[in-house]
Amino acid sequence: MSLEAIGALRERVRRAVYDFVVARAEPVSRNEVAEAVAIGRTLAAFHLDKLAEAGLLETAYAPRTGGPGAGRPAKLYRRSAAEHAVTLPPRDYRLLADVLASAVERSGVEPAAYAAAREQGAKLAGGAMIPRLAELGYEPFEDPDRTIRLRNCPFDALAQAHPALVCGLNLALLEGLVTDGDVRLDPGPTGCCVAIQSKNKRR
Amino acid sequence: MAEHHLAQLNIARLRAPIDSPELADFVALLPEINGLAERSPGYVWRLQDESGDATALRPFEPDVIVNLTVWQSVESLRGFVYRTAHLEPMRRRRDWFVPADEAYLVLWWIPAGVLPTIAKAAERLDLLRRTGPSPEAFTLREPYPS
Repeated sequence: MSLEAIGALRERVRRAVYDFVVARAEPVSRNEVAEAVAIGRTLAAFHLDKLAEAGLLETAYAPRTGGPGAGRPAKLYRRSAAEHAVTLPPRDYRLLADVLASAVERSGVEPAAYAAAREQGAKLAGGAMIPRLAELGYEPFEDPDRTIRLRNCPFDALAQAHPALVCGLNLALLEGLVTDGDVRLDPGPTGCCVAIQSKNKRR
Repeated sequence: MAEHHLAQLNIARLRAPIDSPELADFVALLPEINGLAERSPGYVWRLQDESGDATALRPFEPDVIVNLTVWQSVESLRGFVYRTAHLEPMRRRRDWFVPADEAYLVLWWIPAGVLPTIAKAAERLDLLRRTGPSPEAFTLREPYPS
């Protein structure tokens, strides 16, 4: 249940463990967590397992290397794909977003929707690009080519149901938001479909 | 080897004739996108005439083009449609095609090695439109296992 899941983050050290795991591109081990958060291994394992129980993290096992006698594969942790949201009083914007997305598709007003998204993006602009993108939940990072990639799609569930429209809206939003970069669609197997080429040397 | 492959039909009503300026960007993208499909994991086959695509074929109405393909799985089709350069023409589809008021894309399972025909594909689309998604005719949003 979402409220319980989020409640599991109340404790400061547990929150630090969670924040460390979800910021990593790859699954992490108990030992990496212990070192990063500066706690003992047993305590790290305790918090990690509590977070997994709460549905906030998932466990995976590292591929086996070494022959017989190499020991069991390392247990790894990564962010769970499950969404947890609590709104008080109860609110359900996604339900309406789904209805509106279907209406846009049926009536063919995508161009107007994209224009509205671009305007909204311009309103959301402010400050340095990377921190702004992080605030909006995109989880930006720079890839080896120095292209800015976005690890998280803030509209994921809606994008699963209406991919062309939502990716188009997202592109338009970011075109409005990003003033010192070129924004384009460049989807990979995971993450947000947009890539950004910064025009400035400094970000 | 898998026993079944995934057949896919989608149809689209042109806003203007295929050789008009409005459709120029779409036509220009076709060779690249078709080539991309052929190189994508899980691609099996696509309907085409001697020109290399299917846009001259008008089995439904004179202004309705068809795309008939076969893939190894729903995942491989979905990966191509939404997670490659194909996403860009998807984003722009309203520039070229009239919005549909009925289902325009249908998926169904066929025995591996068999190719779908337009006639069979049309039957599946009709089934989807009449009864909604089912194991015999379904969508990317509501897929059924083979």
